[in-house]
Amino acid sequence: MSFFSLKNKITLVLIFSLSLLFTSSSFAESTNLQHKNSEPFIQALELLQSKSYNKKGKAIEQLVATKDERVQSILEAMLKARLFYTKEDKTVVIGKKVDDGFALTSVLEQKYLGSLSKSKLKKVKVNNKLRGILRASIATLSLSSPDAKKRLAAVKQMFGKTNKAGITALQAHLKMEKDSAVRSEIETLININDLDSGDKETQLAAIKTLFNSLNPETRNKLEILKDNADADIASASQVALKNINNKLGFYDKVNTAFFGLSLGSVLVLAAIGLAITFGVMGVINMAHGELIMLGAYTTYVIQQIMPNHIGLALVLAVPAAFIVSGSVGILIERLVIRHLYGRPLETLLATFGISLILQQAVRSVFSPLNRAVETPVWMAGSLEINPALSLTYNRLYIIFFCLAVFTILYLIIKKTSLGLSVQAVSQNRSMARAMGIRASRVDALTFGLGSGIAGVAGVALSQLTNVGPNLGQAYIIDSFMVVVFGGVGNLWGTLISGFTLGIANKFMEPWAGAVLAKILVLVFIILFIQKRPRGLFPQKGRAAES
Amino acid sequence: MFKLLKGDRGGQVFLTLLTLAAILIPIFNLILPESSPFHVSTFTVTLLGKYLAFALLALSVDLVWGYMGILSLGHGAFFALGGYAMGMYLMLQIGDRGVYGNPDLPDFMVFLNWKEIPWFWHGFDNFWFAMVMVALVPGLLAFVFGALAFRSRVTGVYLSIITQALTYALLLAFFRNEMGFGGNNGLTDFKDILGFSLQSDNTRIALFVASAIALALGYLSCRSIVTSRLGRVAVAIRDSEDRVRFIGYRVDHIKLAIFTFSAVIAGVAGALYVPQVGIINPGEFSPIRSIELVIWVAIGGRTTLYGAVLGAFIVNYSKTYLTGVAPETWLFALGALFVFVTLYLPNGIVGLLKRKQA
Repeated sequence: MSFFSLKNKITLVLIFSLSLLFTSSSFAESTNLQHKNSEPFIQALELLQSKSYNKKGKAIEQLVATKDERVQSILEAMLKARLFYTKEDKTVVIGKKVDDGFALTSVLEQKYLGSLSKSKLKKVKVNNKLRGILRASIATLSLSSPDAKKRLAAVKQMFGKTNKAGITALQAHLKMEKDSAVRSEIETLININDLDSGDKETQLAAIKTLFNSLNPETRNKLEILKDNADADIASASQVALKNINNKLGFYDKVNTAFFGLSLGSVLVLAAIGLAITFGVMGVINMAHGELIMLGAYTTYVIQQIMPNHIGLALVLAVPAAFIVSGSVGILIERLVIRHLYGRPLETLLATFGISLILQQAVRSVFSPLNRAVETPVWMAGSLEINPALSLTYNRLYIIFFCLAVFTILYLIIKKTSLGLSVQAVSQNRSMARAMGIRASRVDALTFGLGSGIAGVAGVALSQLTNVGPNLGQAYIIDSFMVVVFGGVGNLWGTLISGFTLGIANKFMEPWAGAVLAKILVLVFIILFIQKRPRGLFPQKGRAAES
Repeated sequence: MFKLLKGDRGGQVFLTLLTLAAILIPIFNLILPESSPFHVSTFTVTLLGKYLAFALLALSVDLVWGYMGILSLGHGAFFALGGYAMGMYLMLQIGDRGVYGNPDLPDFMVFLNWKEIPWFWHGFDNFWFAMVMVALVPGLLAFVFGALAFRSRVTGVYLSIITQALTYALLLAFFRNEMGFGGNNGLTDFKDILGFSLQSDNTRIALFVASAIALALGYLSCRSIVTSRLGRVAVAIRDSEDRVRFIGYRVDHIKLAIFTFSAVIAGVAGALYVPQVGIINPGEFSPIRSIELVIWVAIGGRTTLYGAVLGAFIVNYSKTYLTGVAPETWLFALGALFVFVTLYLPNGIVGLLKRKQA
């Protein structure tokens, strides 16, 4: 056996070094030698394949000492029992479970090697002692990153997973750490650890410092401590827990309100164009949803034209969608609606016909399936305010975008000469004409403006929902509800009504469920209209008569 | 009856045709051999029966829209509620012949692990109770909704939009499994009605004749309303609501009575529709469906009653035809028809025919 294994070892080393030579040279050619395969690194990898846990422990130490950037992923894989070496040529690989075995990435070249069945692999086994060493080493490695964000992430990862060695490493690191966010996070972590220390003074001190901590781990630990045998500790943790729960409840409400605001923004965006066409002009435009849909498809098309600049495409899509939907709107106005002024119910039917045509047109041109509109990188992720509250960027952007669109529209209506004519025509058509306003031109432009805004809303919606031929239908009823609830002909009413309905919806969702919440909102609107048939902010004066 | 139809040439023609169809089509289906060129297949009979149910529904819309100026975008809801009441009866007739073989519970309840039938399903195993519900449930909803809306003087566009909200809310509600109406699958897999198999030719003929009779009765009752004093006040309300109110009529009461009656007719139409198509699901509540049926009336020509029937037949026949031949053109055709009719035929096809005659 010894002979056999010796022979084996020789061939192993031979193959290993050969393959190494081959791979490293080819690597050098292809990628300008990103990874220097230093001698200790390779030796440590060899040592990892040994059966002795002590030797493996040494290998880990060696690996950490190399300060090679690949080490962390190796250790993490080892901890998760995903580090293997192949039986054939003893290459150390990281495996990812697939159907019939493991998909392998070599450790040395960081290259994908295809997949192998389990029988051809040997796992680098770890015991509990090694796991401890691994955790501590991973922690120290992440903490030594020059990037403060990475250090912060590393500390956050350690919550609930620390052991004594990790804490010691953290305490050592705390002395050198300069970034305040990382410092406070480490202090919280150490304090949470102190909660378990068993020493009354330390525990009480820790509870005191953690009094305002929102970290979920703090709460878990305090939940245990509140039944502690020691009355002082128990009462202190109860008080702290109550405070923390109050705060969490508050932030939960803030979070719901944020969701409500973002839903409200979507509603306002979808409805604000309708507030112009329906509210100011009295045209019931059932094709409004399809104009939103056209905006979403414009985004899709522009992204197809410039697939390498997703973010720029999204920005360009805003004016493009405005132009596309706006011109379609003007076309609709000139060809159909112009003949139906003063007969609102007839415009409803005709525009419904147009909406069917637009839907089918999109279905014929693009296919009935949903199209994938990509989200640029800067819209992904979230703004973390504290452990209990993080706001996703796409929702934040939607809120700001909605407010921006509203402001621009408001300024157009209130401050420009076009806006003045729009108001004049909507208040008293014949008098406006007598004053020399070309009412029919104003009508077309107003309708174009409302439709263009619908298109802009479509750009925003393309980032939130599926872009398909039915996109418009999903929003048309909600849009009408928002406008009617807010009071026809009143932009502020639409804004407030959209946000109110959005927030009300989200606050009802936890106890009623999403669908029931929506039903309740609809029923509420039906009843509200009975009480105030002209909405929240009814139009005053003669214009309200008709 | 003859007094009712005096001066209503369209109505005379329509009722004559309807009577002929109700007599001849069963003969053509049952007596003539299949080889005969005049043989009407059972498929066609059921299809025509479905159109008759739609025509009845269109009639109910014309009554409130044409004669009273209430553009209801939620009449599909009353139709669907009548359909569900019928569906519940048919569902309980399945007995232990369902997939799970449970004699007391419909399949979907067994699937949801319910132990007993919910209280609102009690009584629906009785046909006559179900028939009362077919009229009562839509009628009651229309009564409560109308009482609120008309007393508050919600009119015009606002009324249209809240009727739309009503049917939309019901759509969402019936999609929920917890409601106890089969969720988004609705009620289906019916076996028989009053002990007769729904698959047999005779039952289908009977349903067709029943639909024809219901349509004729519906027409006559609507006609009797619109020719009565009540109907003339309704038209006055349509043309100038405030003036009628100033003269001293209780506008809200008149509107409520006609609106409720119209909802009952729509419910009956739904009850006739369900056994013929064999399914009722929440899709019937979708606002699009309700708008579509307003279009039938607009295309046929409103304020004539028979125009609504004509519109229902024309639109539904072309839908059946076009979705079979060229499905992608159907929505183009329907959309263009809407636009064309509202722009150029404000009185629909009937208006066009009348103009030709004059």
